[in-house]
Amino acid sequence: MSAAGVVDPARVVDESGRVVLEGVGKRYDTVRGPVDAVADVTLEIAPGEVAAVVGASGCGKSTVLRMLAGFERPTAGSLVVGGRPVRGPGPDRGVVFQDYGLFPWLTVAENVRWGPRRQRLPRGVVRRRTEAVIETVGLTRFADRFPGELSGGMQQRVALARVLANEPAVLLMDEPFGALDALTRTSMQHELRRIHREAGTTILLVTHSIEEAVYLADRVVVMAGGASVGVPGHVREVVAVDLAGERDVNAPDFNAVERRIAALVHAGTDGPGGGADAADRA
Amino acid sequence: MRRPTAALWAPRLGRLALGLAVLALLVAMWHLGVRGEWVLVFDIKMAFLPEPLDVAVLLWDFAFGGVNDDAFSRTLWEHLGASTLRVLAGFALAAVLAIPLGVLMGRFALVNAALDPAVNLFRPIPATAWVPLVLLIIGFGSQATVFLITLSAFFPILLNTLGATREVSPRLVEAARMLGTRPAGILLRVVVPAATPGIVSGLRIGLGLAWVILVLGESNGIDTGLGSMITLAREQVRTDRIVVGMIVIGVAGFCSDRLLVLGLRGLFGRRPLMRAA
Repeated sequence: MSAAGVVDPARVVDESGRVVLEGVGKRYDTVRGPVDAVADVTLEIAPGEVAAVVGASGCGKSTVLRMLAGFERPTAGSLVVGGRPVRGPGPDRGVVFQDYGLFPWLTVAENVRWGPRRQRLPRGVVRRRTEAVIETVGLTRFADRFPGELSGGMQQRVALARVLANEPAVLLMDEPFGALDALTRTSMQHELRRIHREAGTTILLVTHSIEEAVYLADRVVVMAGGASVGVPGHVREVVAVDLAGERDVNAPDFNAVERRIAALVHAGTDGPGGGADAADRA
Repeated sequence: MRRPTAALWAPRLGRLALGLAVLALLVAMWHLGVRGEWVLVFDIKMAFLPEPLDVAVLLWDFAFGGVNDDAFSRTLWEHLGASTLRVLAGFALAAVLAIPLGVLMGRFALVNAALDPAVNLFRPIPATAWVPLVLLIIGFGSQATVFLITLSAFFPILLNTLGATREVSPRLVEAARMLGTRPAGILLRVVVPAATPGIVSGLRIGLGLAWVILVLGESNGIDTGLGSMITLAREQVRTDRIVVGMIVIGVAGFCSDRLLVLGLRGLFGRRPLMRAA
């Protein structure tokens, strides 16, 4: 993990992990007329960077992630990953869901090799990759178990391994640790940092936890608004997390960043611009 | 390992004993009712029934002979075999048609829109209402019986498959798509396995119905089969043979369901593809 949001150049071999959003908007047609869930989101994530998106419920952070995943189409703007416009879901963008989304009738190993199998990779490659990523997430002893036999934390490891087996350019994580207990959550955060150090994949992490965002991300994207507020979801501010070395959630500088982001998140419902003032007051 | 196994089996054996005790009680009441010439609700005249012991002896003779040694003796296997073949043929045909159709209707709105009105119009027509028409357009015989069984087993399998397919978690489909699965793979590798517990429920209901419809189908112009045996017994006013036929059908239906469940369990192994049966 590089400090100060600067990406280690040795690790970035290509541009396939670059994420560019320009003026992205999502409008839903409802019975009471069109509703803008998200409007004018412009954001660039460098290859290998970890970006966290925080914001109140309904601010559209998951919608942005789902559009990047290709599950939903934007109604405005463009999303480009690795130089190619997003047209639908694809193995270059692995998604980790809050509720895991594992195939319950398949074993851990079968879940993990699903992706490589669908890419029709040679059997040897499939086997090696499967074994390697299962070892990465520490589940070698559980390779022949079914997801229903595993704890939530272990299931989420399987979900992560399943995506890593496809060697994606970008990891899209939607509240990945939200369903886990506090202890498991902390250990999964450590593990994600370690895996990111090894794989160097670009990560977009949507989370409710500001602490998690500050602990994991190079930059934290604070979103605000949302249909319930009457203002489309939008990016209020992007905060660079300039913390050197191993991050300590109890360190004063860590807490300072956390407080600043919390102020931005909670800065009322006054739409674009208002948030920054509120943050200054805090 | 022995102790936990015993701990698991003891309550199951206890429940089995309870179920058998109730059965024994029913048989005892049957015996007393016939002896005492009870008249029950619906004006059921128990005196017209054969006694359980006589039925047991006749059942033995039906299966193995050695008691009456008449035209009825030792013919169980022939009747049972013919009936089982018809049930299996009708059931298999219904499953082969209903499962793919249910998956397609559950997954594609256009297919559903095309077929839903037809399905819901035909579905409420009971097999009994089909019989006169079937006898005219197909004629007496095995084919008519198999047709009626197929027709009756078709709808529960279709509707269960359809419902289970619709309820497949969209999350699983999303997961498959983001892992690079093609549309055909999503249908065959995600939707079908995810819907399997519901499909299995439909198959079990369909197979049960197949035995129900059997008697109806075999009551016309068929020589061998449990249904035709019962029909003949009714014409001869042999309540004892009717009861024997009923018992055999009940046991056959029960066994076929157990065999289906055991077979699928063997096929699926430890994979959670079935509701607890």
